[in-house]
Amino acid sequence: MNNSDIPADLKYAKSHEWVRTGADGTATIGITAYAQNSLGDITYVQLPQPGAMLKAGDAFGVVESVKAASDLYAPISGTVVEVNTGLDSAPEKVNQAPYGEGWLLKLKIARPAEPDALLDAAGYAALIG
Amino acid sequence: MSILKRTPLFDFHVAHGGRMVDFAGWEMPVQYRSILDEHKAVRHAAGLFDVSHMGEVEVRGAGALAFLQSLLTNDLAQMTPGRIVYSPMCSETGGVIDDLLVHLRAPGDYLLCINAGNIDRDLAWLRAHHAAAARAAPGGLDVTLADRSADTALIAIQGPRAAEIVRALAAGPAEAAALDALKYYHFAAGLTIAGVPCPIVARTGYTGEDGFELYHRTEDAPRLAAALLAAGAPLGLEPAGLGARDSLRLEAGFPLHGHELSETISPLAAGLAWTVKLKKNSDFHGRAALEREARDGPARRVVFFKTGDRRIVRAGAAVNDEAGAPLGAVLSGTLSPILGEAIGSALIDAAALKAGRALLTDIRGAKITLRPVKPPFVELKKRGGGEAGKQKDREAEKPGD
Repeated sequence: MNNSDIPADLKYAKSHEWVRTGADGTATIGITAYAQNSLGDITYVQLPQPGAMLKAGDAFGVVESVKAASDLYAPISGTVVEVNTGLDSAPEKVNQAPYGEGWLLKLKIARPAEPDALLDAAGYAALIG
Repeated sequence: MSILKRTPLFDFHVAHGGRMVDFAGWEMPVQYRSILDEHKAVRHAAGLFDVSHMGEVEVRGAGALAFLQSLLTNDLAQMTPGRIVYSPMCSETGGVIDDLLVHLRAPGDYLLCINAGNIDRDLAWLRAHHAAAARAAPGGLDVTLADRSADTALIAIQGPRAAEIVRALAAGPAEAAALDALKYYHFAAGLTIAGVPCPIVARTGYTGEDGFELYHRTEDAPRLAAALLAAGAPLGLEPAGLGARDSLRLEAGFPLHGHELSETISPLAAGLAWTVKLKKNSDFHGRAALEREARDGPARRVVFFKTGDRRIVRAGAAVNDEAGAPLGAVLSGTLSPILGEAIGSALIDAAALKAGRALLTDIRGAKITLRPVKPPFVELKKRGGGEAGKQKDREAEKPGD
């Protein structure tokens, strides 16, 4: 997997989370290829319960690697509708497929304008230089 | 600013995708591909480690044995050429200046292998005691010290396939047979591996697996590393970085100086009483303090633990009992890639351990129970060649390097 992979159809937060908005008013959130590569081997992911309300910028969980534990920040506001429970036993999926099987959670979007304010792929590429 | 030192394999590391970090002033690969994958490669096939940053010191002369006996807690008197002994080197308080490997090349000709981060401290300690011994010797002291760190490179090949890989690069059938016969904690002198002269090929390592440590000249390191990788890759050999080196040694239950051993953690507190020969026929630094500690029992002990949880308990975390009373602190922690759970070591009040008090730590508000276990955390296979069942050499078992 290419660590500089930045899919064009996603939005990005400066804190290295990505957002994929769906037609049904939900958004899927994960961390970028660049972020997982910087963290190294991911050994544990701590996520909120479904039903939790997140505000953009809230720390919503923790991703632990062999090296360190890092906070995860909500790129947009919303209510958690699903978390990726597959990561409990296989957190390495975040390393292997950060935009696929390694997704973190799904939100019901609270403020539809928020995703538009995030970085696009070109903006995120410029951020990580 | 300080400039990081580089081993002769720096270009090799970069060419293989090594993620370079500052380790004790050295620019070293913490990983190439994945710490967890490199760890598993060593347990299941083999790994190649650059440990050229470690220090090598020659101690030679008619007085070399007596000099080392006065500085090391283990007993070197019974060593024969080709043997290796692991020993702490203690201060007067019984704290550990460093832990090291002693290789006896010929009577009165020793090579010490010391920790990279302690080279300056060790050399200062050795030279100060050398000067003091010289002053005290009316007829002169026949001991010379020589720091050979800069012109010595060291590659470790570790894992169940290690012997096969190194053997394939031996100069001929006689050298291959010498490798086959090499027992754990023994070394062969003067072998040629992949055309590279190796003054020492030692059946030692820091992973708990079978394997070799190949001492050679700095300028030969890139050629030797390339030949080993080419011969070993079809068998699953991978370059492995310091991250895997640390998780492998912790899973094997080997101490790391600065964690399980330090100037405030004696070998007795660390559970290494077998390396402290209080009955040996010579006085040594730290003896009085260690005798007292042996008599009274250490006030704190190093205990290894697992948690049944994937969250890593990290060095420095406080350990308390159920009422919140402090019992100690975590020394090392990682996720065992083989067990899939957090493992580590902690320094704990000895009375609390004896009483079986619960050992609790906190991770982001969650209470985690540390369950003491006797390492190794995973089953380790027989190390070394020669006749089977001769694991009396376990006495020579080496932890940290």
